Amino acid sequence: MSFNNLDTLYRQVIMDHYKNPRNKGSVEGDALTVDMNNPTCGDRIQLQLQVEDGIVQDAKFTGEGCSISMSSASMMTQAVKGKKLDDALNMSKAFSDMMLGEDVDTEDLDMGDVESLQGVSQFPARIKCATLAWKAMEKGVQQ
Amino acid sequence: MDVGAIREQFPILQQEINGHPLVYLDSSATSQKPVSVIEAVNAYYRENNSNVHRGVHTLGSRATDQYEGAREKVRKFINAKSTAEVIFTRGTTTSINTIAYSYARANLKEGDEIVITPMEHHSNLIPWQQAAKATGATLKYVSLQNDGTVSLDDVRETVTQNTKLVAMTHVSNVLGTVNPIKEITDIAHQNGAVMVVDGAQGAPHMKVDVQNLDCDFYTFSGHKMCGPTGIGILYGKQELLEEMEPFEFGGEMIDFVNLYDATWKDLPWKFEGGTPIIAGAIGLGAAIDFLNDIGLDNITAHEQKLADHAMEKLRSIDGISIYGPEKRAALVTFNLEDVHPHDTATVLDAEGIAVRAGHHCAQPLMKWLDVTATARASFYLYNTEEDIDRLFDGLLKTKEYFGDVF
Repeated sequence: MSFNNLDTLYRQVIMDHYKNPRNKGSVEGDALTVDMNNPTCGDRIQLQLQVEDGIVQDAKFTGEGCSISMSSASMMTQAVKGKKLDDALNMSKAFSDMMLGEDVDTEDLDMGDVESLQGVSQFPARIKCATLAWKAMEKGVQQ
Repeated sequence: MDVGAIREQFPILQQEINGHPLVYLDSSATSQKPVSVIEAVNAYYRENNSNVHRGVHTLGSRATDQYEGAREKVRKFINAKSTAEVIFTRGTTTSINTIAYSYARANLKEGDEIVITPMEHHSNLIPWQQAAKATGATLKYVSLQNDGTVSLDDVRETVTQNTKLVAMTHVSNVLGTVNPIKEITDIAHQNGAVMVVDGAQGAPHMKVDVQNLDCDFYTFSGHKMCGPTGIGILYGKQELLEEMEPFEFGGEMIDFVNLYDATWKDLPWKFEGGTPIIAGAIGLGAAIDFLNDIGLDNITAHEQKLADHAMEKLRSIDGISIYGPEKRAALVTFNLEDVHPHDTATVLDAEGIAVRAGHHCAQPLMKWLDVTATARASFYLYNTEEDIDRLFDGLLKTKEYFGDVF
């Protein structure tokens, strides 16, 4: 594997989200709060979702982890904001499928930068990093 | 020591990973296996497979002879007085849990103390947390010096007449610290406490003499010393083991069984409930032969050279943090500034270099170091200075790569 292959993992847009995370911080007012960690590697995330009328009004996160887990959290919060809960869950399903290397039709889902994480599927050891924030979101929605 | 000839005996090292010859720097997690070990396990299943201590048939005798022969090899390897003191377990974790259940829970009570350190692997920490909770004993920590070593003065201050058990790792799997076990055992004994040693990172790398150390229990795993996974050792002083009740009950470990009671076999079998890990024990015996042929002192000296070389090379990298003392065992734990260790490990893997990244099953120690995770390169007898140079180059590339993408 050359550095070119690494570029399928560490795409510019991912590194940008890692360096300049969107929605980092805490939601003001009432919010669903979910703590999740990946016990095998120590990555952790606290996700806050503000849901009204079945719509994610706001999503913010704090946490510590590698570039993949933190950029994924940044992209996920961006993608689900303003979406219906069902759509957020559908996105999460699409994202899991994407990590399994399946062809996913995301046209109707409006996932934004999330699709840049597609390359992670070629790095099995890193898939858990990418799915941490999404698992937290699912857990929050199910609460 | 001819490392080239040693490497030839490890089939797994003869491959390319991601287009590069494999550099395996994760032996603290598990070591690779030489042909002789692989063949010994293979031969047992092909030629001698049978249960031990039961059948009167030929295969049963062969299997029993090999299994008990391996026990004698372990006895010599650690210089135990008798094979009664050598118990086969599933690994270090099971060995320590056996002590925690069969010794600590039976002998400790409220007001007693268990003393450990913040550098312990979870397997020498959580059993004691649980034993303390179950018995009402207090868990106390010997604090660490700034460089990640333990001071004997601190041990003397922490271990009191109330201390009933001191548990400490021989070598830290994160810091590479080698603890002065003999001296600490002395302090434990002066206070009437028993000494438990987690030798997972000790026995594979240096000559261990349990009589000289005088520790009461010494535990280690086969898979970190060229043996198979799933086999480990619990050494205990005979008089202590005699007094202890078994941790597991069932097949193999019984003597006479009545409807409402039973008696146990003699040592060491009373602690080996169920069909034992026969192939694993035989494989461990072969691993001990292999290590003895090379000589533990030669291995220690070779690893020391590797550790020194690694420290010298890695220290010259701008923005690297290296954790642990100057004088250390054969591993280096580090972080590159602004690069998460998982990302470091992924770039190194792309270069064919296997290192560990994460918390290394030592979360309290990570907290002490004030990091969430680290990368670790650990060495064994088959590693070379070239491997370390490849690591060095890989780390420079990691820096360059993450410098570019940022």
